[in-house]
Amino acid sequence: MNRKKIMILKLLVALALMLSSSLSYAAEIRIAVASNFTRAMMGLVQQFEADTGHKVKLVFGSTGKHYAQIKNGAPFDAFFAADMKRPKLLEDEGLAVPDSRFSYALGRLVLWSPETGYVDSAGKVLSDGSYYHLAIANPKLAPYGRAAKEVLQSRGLWKAMKGRAVRGENIGQAFQFVHSGNAELGFVAYSQVKYPGQSIIGSYWEVPQTLYSPILQQAVVLKDTAVTRAFIKYIKSKPALEIIQDYGYDVP
Amino acid sequence: MSIEARFEINKGDFKLDVDLNIPATGVTSLLGPSGCGKTTLLRAIAGLEKSQAGYLNVAGDIWQNADQFVPPHKRPLGYVFQESSLFAHINVRSNIEYGYRRLAEPERKISLDKAIELSGVGHLLERKPGTLSGGERQRVAIARALAVSPGILLMDEPLAALDAARKQEILPYLESMHDELDIPIIYVSHSTDEVARLADHLVLLDKGKVIAFGATAEMLTRLDLPLARGADAEALIEAVVAGHDDEYSLTYLDFPGGRFTVTQKPLEIGKTVRLRVVARDVSLTLEHQADTSILNIFPVIIDELIPVGSSQLTVRLLANDVPLLSKVTRKSAALLGLETGKKVYAQAKSVALLA
Amino acid sequence: MFNEADLTALAITLKLAGVTTLILLLLGTPLAWWMARSRWRYKFLLEAVVALPLVLPPTVLGFYLLITLGPHGPVGGLMESLGGRPLAFTFTGLVIGSVIYSMPFVIQPLQNAFEAIGRRPLEVAATLRASPLDRFFTVAMPLARPGFLTAAVLGFAHTLGEFGVVLMIGGNIPGETQVVSIAIYDHVEGMEYAHAHWLSAGLLLLSFLMLLTVYGLNRRFRIMQS
Repeated sequence: MNRKKIMILKLLVALALMLSSSLSYAAEIRIAVASNFTRAMMGLVQQFEADTGHKVKLVFGSTGKHYAQIKNGAPFDAFFAADMKRPKLLEDEGLAVPDSRFSYALGRLVLWSPETGYVDSAGKVLSDGSYYHLAIANPKLAPYGRAAKEVLQSRGLWKAMKGRAVRGENIGQAFQFVHSGNAELGFVAYSQVKYPGQSIIGSYWEVPQTLYSPILQQAVVLKDTAVTRAFIKYIKSKPALEIIQDYGYDVP
Repeated sequence: MSIEARFEINKGDFKLDVDLNIPATGVTSLLGPSGCGKTTLLRAIAGLEKSQAGYLNVAGDIWQNADQFVPPHKRPLGYVFQESSLFAHINVRSNIEYGYRRLAEPERKISLDKAIELSGVGHLLERKPGTLSGGERQRVAIARALAVSPGILLMDEPLAALDAARKQEILPYLESMHDELDIPIIYVSHSTDEVARLADHLVLLDKGKVIAFGATAEMLTRLDLPLARGADAEALIEAVVAGHDDEYSLTYLDFPGGRFTVTQKPLEIGKTVRLRVVARDVSLTLEHQADTSILNIFPVIIDELIPVGSSQLTVRLLANDVPLLSKVTRKSAALLGLETGKKVYAQAKSVALLA
Repeated sequence: MFNEADLTALAITLKLAGVTTLILLLLGTPLAWWMARSRWRYKFLLEAVVALPLVLPPTVLGFYLLITLGPHGPVGGLMESLGGRPLAFTFTGLVIGSVIYSMPFVIQPLQNAFEAIGRRPLEVAATLRASPLDRFFTVAMPLARPGFLTAAVLGFAHTLGEFGVVLMIGGNIPGETQVVSIAIYDHVEGMEYAHAHWLSAGLLLLSFLMLLTVYGLNRRFRIMQS
């Protein structure tokens, strides 16, 4: 054998070792999580990993995309959605573990501006303020967008808002529009402005939950393994619920 | 009227450094080996080449000096490039009209029809340049340059890209142009042949410098220049058609040194023509020989002799002050006792009528 | 097949692509001309900048545009101090983004076309009394015609397919900034797959037809000029 062949062989062996080592992590689960729940889930997983020694791999993204991926065979063990529609669909389609669907958080809608004193505590700014753009999440796609639309409708402002409401594809983008100052204010998730143990920057109006139908975030189990079961059990535990609340969600 | 040109152009390892004063009439040819700077000089005259230091005065108009540089499009010149460079996107007619349209009415001294007629391109007007032969393309380029009624015509080896047959196709047009239009022409060439046919004056260039300038006939026979020393050395003689001998089908051509007899040509009496006498075809005798078939024999005075190689000499002769060249062996020169000032007879075996 | 919102998005998209292409041809022609002719030693810097949108993820471009155009950014700040309204979420903002995003697709074919002409035809025109501007319009532009066609169609087609930049700075306002690519995305996200199909197929067909035109016409030019 010449040197070149030996080199190639070495490379192949190295490659094989790498592959087998990544396969040997049996106690790892993979979870698809709605973008808006990113920070809360990271806090939860940190605690869970420290408690149990299991590994949790998180894949963040829009619920619509995750749903499409799961339908097309994406290897997730559980799915934490931004709404209840997609988990229900998966359940109906037989892609979820039966009876595994549960609500893990309740979203809270706020009207927020990074500028202090801009948004009043009753949301009058919506009709009185002179602003070019109000950011919302796409009502068709995102539960927070749907909620924002309901609030505007209840105030009789929805029609008038046509040219001023800029729509992010998801609540993350809506937040970015406001955060960068391109939209003066916007309906965002309370969880986006609320950091555990810190006061909120800017001004906001916490929209009364009577003005919009609940933003119920549900999860389903896709693969019933011991680790998944342990993780779901942890999420439903009291310490976990406290963490979720810390990040600006209500719990069911 | 004259053209005064001083240029200094540095282009990497090539340097053009010229100081010229040439007449603003007739055809002046820039002659020299490739890379001698003749094209660069022509481009500098056109304003296509910027020089570090330069002065250009064309017949009284300053085109360039320390204070000003007239851009090419404001210089009343015509330029024919080595490759015809016709505009590929328009037809022949539009090519020819391109410059003409940009002239003010009073500037249009040469009509489109005249330019087209002189170049013989009337039958090509609706064609696209891509469909023309090399010779046709070059003739269109000449018509296009003429149509701007140039005050001076600059031609950069317009025949170089053509084969011998095509050259013969174009030369007559150039000659008739020369004859019919009173436009000074500066003609870049590396072919002595073309120069002998067309040029009245000659600028010899080498390595970016002018090595000699003068009337073509004079320059061709100057023994201190490379032209007269080459194997194809030749003399150029202007002669006037004196008469025809219909019985023998001959034409007589007079020049200050005597009368040439050539085979009959349909030439008008009184017309000036150019004759080329190649040095190889001229032999020398001490006496006027009567018993020879050669008709063209002239009394001449030996002006100068110069050795070429180990066995030959080039001899410069004056036939009543008109220079001729002869090539003889050193041995013949010794036998005949040839020396400067000696009176001999020159016998020309053949003579070529150039125009 | 197409609902009203889809048709509006289609109209906005065509308008955006048209305006962008027009602006790019107007601005890009002198720039490409300069880049083709200049011997400036640092020209490569400019060429690299022009080519940047080719390799940059559009979202990067969109993100920086959002920041630049925003009230805290240089452009947005200037607009605000001049009493103008912010450009994000406006059609004008989209045009600015698209102009940058599609720039190499217009400038590069133009630059190549101008370079291919060489200096000679322009020198010829100069000796035929044509001023620099005259030479440009009567010689350089017509000779570069295939380049202009390629540039226009590529610029147009590339803007049609723009997504990342619009997503970042468009704000998805129907009738103003909602373009086809975003509408398709929304349809997919909203599981309206039939609508997504119709719009996607329409875009595909349009893009293909345009490229077909370029290649077909360029072939004809080549045949005509040879």
